[in-house]
Amino acid sequence: MSADHNAFITETSIDPTSDGPLSSATVAVKDNISTAGVRTTCGSAMLEEYVPPYDATVVKRLKAAGATIVGKANMDEFGMGGTTETSAFGPTENPRARDRVAGGSSGGSAAAVAAGKADLALGTDTGGSIRNPAAFCGVVGLKPTYGLVSRYGLIAYANSLEQIGPIAPSVEETAALLDVIAGPDDHDATTHQAGANAAYAAAADGAVDGMTVGVLRSLREGADQRIVDVFEESVAELEAQGATVVEIELDSIEHALAAYYVIAMSEASSNLARFDGVRYGVSGDYEGDWNESFARAREAFGEEVKRRVLLGTYALSAGYHDKYYKKAQDARAWVKRDFDDAFAQADVLASPTMPVLPPEIGDSLGDPLELYRIDANTVPVNLANLPAISVPAGRAEGLPVGLQLVGPAFGEHRIIRAASALD
Amino acid sequence: MSEDAVDADAVRHVGDLARVALEESEVELFEAQFADILGYFDSLDEVPEVEAESDLVNVMRPDERRPSLDQDEALDNAGETEDGYFKGPRVS
Repeated sequence: MSADHNAFITETSIDPTSDGPLSSATVAVKDNISTAGVRTTCGSAMLEEYVPPYDATVVKRLKAAGATIVGKANMDEFGMGGTTETSAFGPTENPRARDRVAGGSSGGSAAAVAAGKADLALGTDTGGSIRNPAAFCGVVGLKPTYGLVSRYGLIAYANSLEQIGPIAPSVEETAALLDVIAGPDDHDATTHQAGANAAYAAAADGAVDGMTVGVLRSLREGADQRIVDVFEESVAELEAQGATVVEIELDSIEHALAAYYVIAMSEASSNLARFDGVRYGVSGDYEGDWNESFARAREAFGEEVKRRVLLGTYALSAGYHDKYYKKAQDARAWVKRDFDDAFAQADVLASPTMPVLPPEIGDSLGDPLELYRIDANTVPVNLANLPAISVPAGRAEGLPVGLQLVGPAFGEHRIIRAASALD
Repeated sequence: MSEDAVDADAVRHVGDLARVALEESEVELFEAQFADILGYFDSLDEVPEVEAESDLVNVMRPDERRPSLDQDEALDNAGETEDGYFKGPRVS
């Protein structure tokens, strides 16, 4: 593995358009976020030569805030993976754990920050893809409430689940980057008024005294004991600073992972239909008819992408829609209701971000279902459209461990405040 | 194991529906993996029917002409173009 950890697919230098709060800051942008004139590959051979004609809204906001974009960060192909090993451009190495994965799918973003290749980074989180690499690389990552940050210019994988969010060395810097990118956008009808002038950075004041922290029992019990030990120390630290700790059980949560994968794969099968090799992407050459050409173009997808597109197509096909997709939507509504009830008992909810320590590169790809299971603690939040942050909790066996704090919808201030008490 | 475990023909059929050409080796691999993954998804059978409360509202705007990409920019990433249009394979 090279000294640069393979954090970037494309190194570049995109200048700011004006001075602002991020003047002098360098930012890595995940390679599924469109940058005008700079190729945006989604970690896929399909888009190896794709050059967007326009900037994503978040990129415009970064540039207007004074930031310099230094690279397009490596990622699992189309965001489909938790280790950045499905990238067509090779895996990203964890800067804090030699020969181990950086996590994913925003592995390049987190690794760039951990290695000091960028001051800050943008990732995207569909089922944990910001929080997972933040935890594995020992940095902070925040998945915003659905609708807080514009997705205009984000190349879609699963629209109803994904959000763009910040990754940084500290909670305060993470919140300051969120201040720049959050807020309504005419180009994304799902964006919300919350986030306009929200002053998130000011919430990183560590004032956890008087707050109630609900520990999500089943997510703690599913984690590696070495992680649980580090997690418990951090929870005790919050208690020592004046927080009240309670235990919370969510009945629906054991169904969250299956529901997440059915919904994400179904949406992926529809979203990735656009890659027909005609308007952009690898051409299937024009021998034979449209269907044959289309099917050949899509041989450029990697194995995990094909697996998800096929399973999503299956889950939506006649005879299976009610069994899989409709049931997954029921589970999603149930998870959302369970979280609503939990916030009547606690201000924020806590769990280990990841149930496992960062695996060694090459160890994870053999069994897809096992790889899906490492998302168990992160996906419930996406199903419920909630905000969550991963903050470093310490180390186990010398490897970084992350603690996840979940808040109610548009309750970013609360999770930033609680997380900053552990900074 | 799913009660409707997929066989190789089912994998090929879904590949056709999704317009993804598959190698024989991929069909074999996916046949085994899909049995595992769909078997896991079967746990959703235990989920009760839940009334979802939607907090979504329609977002409307006047249907007015606005600036967009020019033709050259829109065609720039296409492999083949002709007279300012995308060129695709024949449809049948």
